[in-house]
Amino acid sequence: MATRRLAPPEVQPKSFDWSADSAEKVAFWMGKYPEARKQSAVIPLLWLAQKQEGWVSEPALRKIALDLRMAYIRVYEVATFYTMFHLSPVGKHHLQVCGTTPCMLRGSGDLIEVCKSRIGPHHHVTADGLFSWEEMECMGACANAPIVAIHDYYHEDLTAQSFTALIDDLAAGKDVTPGSATGRITSAPDGGPNVLNDETLFDGRLAKKIKLPNLPHKA
Amino acid sequence: MIDDKDRIFLNLYGRNDWRLEGAKKRGAWNATKDMIDAGRDWIIQQVKDSGLRGRGGAGFPTGLKWSFMPKEVKDRPHYLVVNADESEPGTCKDRDMMRHDPHLLIEGCLIASYAMQAHTAYIYIRGEYVLEREHLETAIKEAYEAKLIGKNNVHGWDFDLYVHHGAGAYICGEETALLESLEGKKGQPRLKPPFPANTGLYGCPTTVNNVESIAVVPTILRRGAQWFAGFGRPNNTGTKVFCVSGHVNNPCNIEDAMSIPLKYLLETHCGGVRGGWSNLKAVIPGGSSVRMITQEMAEDALMDFDSLSALQSGLGTAGVIVMDKSTDLIKAIARLAYFYKHESCGQCTPCREGTGWMWRVLERMAVGQAEHREIDLLLDVASQVEGHTICALGDAAAWPVQGLIWRFRGEIEERIDRYRLGKPHVMGAAIAAE
Repeated sequence: MATRRLAPPEVQPKSFDWSADSAEKVAFWMGKYPEARKQSAVIPLLWLAQKQEGWVSEPALRKIALDLRMAYIRVYEVATFYTMFHLSPVGKHHLQVCGTTPCMLRGSGDLIEVCKSRIGPHHHVTADGLFSWEEMECMGACANAPIVAIHDYYHEDLTAQSFTALIDDLAAGKDVTPGSATGRITSAPDGGPNVLNDETLFDGRLAKKIKLPNLPHKA
Repeated sequence: MIDDKDRIFLNLYGRNDWRLEGAKKRGAWNATKDMIDAGRDWIIQQVKDSGLRGRGGAGFPTGLKWSFMPKEVKDRPHYLVVNADESEPGTCKDRDMMRHDPHLLIEGCLIASYAMQAHTAYIYIRGEYVLEREHLETAIKEAYEAKLIGKNNVHGWDFDLYVHHGAGAYICGEETALLESLEGKKGQPRLKPPFPANTGLYGCPTTVNNVESIAVVPTILRRGAQWFAGFGRPNNTGTKVFCVSGHVNNPCNIEDAMSIPLKYLLETHCGGVRGGWSNLKAVIPGGSSVRMITQEMAEDALMDFDSLSALQSGLGTAGVIVMDKSTDLIKAIARLAYFYKHESCGQCTPCREGTGWMWRVLERMAVGQAEHREIDLLLDVASQVEGHTICALGDAAAWPVQGLIWRFRGEIEERIDRYRLGKPHVMGAAIAAE
């Protein structure tokens, strides 16, 4: 458990409303749930608010409560329970470094040191507003450890060196490409897999009409 | 090693097209209509005969779970919910299935929903998996457009499939916490009974299955239950995607038969342990929530439910975390203890307080700043947490700690002794030295 509170009043914006783009997405998410169960959309809507503003503010919580006809406190509960919601502003590039044991064994400690020296303590936003970072709990890409998520996408197989290069690129305003930093094919072993190389599996013959085994005998 | 033609996830590494056209070429959506036409009893019987056990960690027989759903739909609709909240440290298999073979999962959802008379299914994917969610949404859109799912689809069973996402809570991998979260609440597990098959999502009969359990079903039906049951040992059948991380030369995800030896898995697929097999110290074989095993135990452990539980560990999600001799085991487990402290939902006192307590003690032990008697105290606290909570997170937090103390107690004692070396620590000693 972590104690999470909303940002202090002086940081909170005056108001919040959906942008045209977000409003479209809000409708898409609301459409997924039965009538009278629209509360289900609360996490996706909080996420959309965060995508729009960069973080989740109190006016955003109130707007979502109105949209979903929920009590404000129920939205507050959800926003403070789930740790992916930033309750205060973050840097333009928010780096999420996985620190749990599988990543730790492969050197996430070095990445955290890079963050500390380049950016400062966790959740600190640099003076130019460009960077902030936090340590995440297992992000589920352990075979490609250590990993850092930047703008929601995973950068894998990092070292202090390649991670520093990434930060340099971001600072210079360049785009960064997610994926393995060592050129590995996704989660295959380094150097390419020695399995799944049978071409007959991919040439379409598996799409030919088949007769299912064990079918019941029609009486 | 199994033949390539016996693998289910042919696009595990994403080297081919993951979209509908590519998936169809690899056999997805082939003869799906025939499966539906054969009837729900046939589907459930095939899944039972295949011996498929749930791939989410607990290993409950999937076919049996499906048969717990009410036989007739009354006033409440039935739901299928797919648990894609993959957050167990060491586990990253569902991620590859969803981003590289989403159509197998979608087809599985249709078949499983039909078998349980559900017209609606939700896939609950963890919030961090943004790319995976985008792939799923695209694939589902394709399936709707091709009339494979949706109203009046070619399979004759009206079926809606929606993706829902979380926002970074490990606890939502617990099925009732997942349902709470899907209902738009905090993810705090529910007391059972009532079980979800009776009162699940929105109070309706619901079955929650792991991604892998659902995604393998279409291929099982296409190839036959006996084909699937032909791999592995009795009661531990089928193929399985293993995730190997930590100190091996080539960490990777790999699909192979159940019950393959752990040593074979590491040496054949992962380039062996860093520095050779003799450099191995310990393995956590089933995701962080199981007890670690020593090198001697790993020597002839088989990767299946029964072999690993005989070693008082478990297959769990088959997320294998390998640690070589350079590893500080106490620190590694202390980090896991922090993870459980962070992820405890706070509902039950033993877990909310116990996870933090265990973490703080382990952090001290990692530097040796502890008393010998605290080792037994820690073991005692762990067993007080285990089994005394609503959900299994309490157990999951206790087991890694127990594994460490049972198997590497000497290491903790040595750390404490070394810390004390040369330091006056006996009451009064400091005064005498003045």
